[in-house]
Amino acid sequence: MNYIFYFLIVISIIAGAINGRLQDVVNSILTGAELSVKVAFSLIGIMAFWLGIMKIAEKSGLINIIAKLIKPITKKLFNEIPGDSTSIGDIAMNFSANAFGLTNAATPMGIKAMEELQKLNTDKSSASNAMCMLLAMNTAGFQLIPATVIAVLVGIGYKNPTEIIAPTLIVTTIAFISAIALAKIFQRFWAPQKSDNGDNE
Amino acid sequence: MLQYIMNLISIWALPAILILILTLGLVKKVPLYEAFTDGAKDGFKVAVNIIPYLVAIIVAISMFRASGIIEYIGTYLSPILNHFNIPTDTIPIMIVRSLSGSAALGIFSDIAHNLGPESYATKLSAIMVGSSETTFYVLAVYFGSVGISKLRYALIVGLLADIIGIVAAIAVCSCFF
Repeated sequence: MNYIFYFLIVISIIAGAINGRLQDVVNSILTGAELSVKVAFSLIGIMAFWLGIMKIAEKSGLINIIAKLIKPITKKLFNEIPGDSTSIGDIAMNFSANAFGLTNAATPMGIKAMEELQKLNTDKSSASNAMCMLLAMNTAGFQLIPATVIAVLVGIGYKNPTEIIAPTLIVTTIAFISAIALAKIFQRFWAPQKSDNGDNE
Repeated sequence: MLQYIMNLISIWALPAILILILTLGLVKKVPLYEAFTDGAKDGFKVAVNIIPYLVAIIVAISMFRASGIIEYIGTYLSPILNHFNIPTDTIPIMIVRSLSGSAALGIFSDIAHNLGPESYATKLSAIMVGSSETTFYVLAVYFGSVGISKLRYALIVGLLADIIGIVAAIAVCSCFF
């Protein structure tokens, strides 16, 4: 990540200078910083709501029930997590919310799962295998119905917008499975680094 | 019929989850209001925690987009993609997809409005946008919330999966349309 961060900023400045868009690049620092805070603050309300609901789900034992139901799958994907951790249930909730396109609900659930995984993590600044797996599942963006895209297609008068669902589902499934497989492969070769070494991808 | 079921699911998924969680909580005698407010307290904390990570990533990506480098990569890629009969209009989507969800959706809307429903580019970009999640954003929010700054292989996996997704989208789209 250190290199990517460096690359994005330095290359942007150089390319901006060559293209005569240096002023735009400089301006984008301000708009980008403003946007980040806007994004974060816009999350507060919905985050609080779902974290509250998730707390109820946790106390009622629902999260544990879900965790037990999907144990056969998660045991393979998250083999380091002890079976009684509530994180499994949170991960399952996060996945289902994503699949149904409930992004607003999925993010707080995923964050809650991350917090549970962080409790089990030995080096608090470095991502554990389980965290990387959860992230891989989320960056692949598995979704049954691409609602936003369909809305745009309906907007331009697309005759049969639902015909886009099947190909999209195939692609998203391929990406999702590859992400999980890649995470599994990488975790074998990419041992967690010692905490005194600051540099990592 | 399919559309009807789809609508039903997308409208009812969220309310159904709420009813299920609250009812089960009531049955199990969970102090609902207390538990809710207790959990909700973390909302502000989480949002504030992710700000540094979001600023780092969103500023870097905004600069990258403003620099015009994406257009530059596009002109480089277009002869190669032309060779495979891939519409060059979709190139910005391929590049932006992992960086910014709103930008990808914006470009997709542009393509859809300018080229119309019959265009192959509209279909391909619809599949590309619909099948992906913004890798950098997810990374900042999820790892930022728990203070993880050493990502290990997480970013590489996310980006590789995105590339596989693009290739799959191109292949699947040519099979379907």
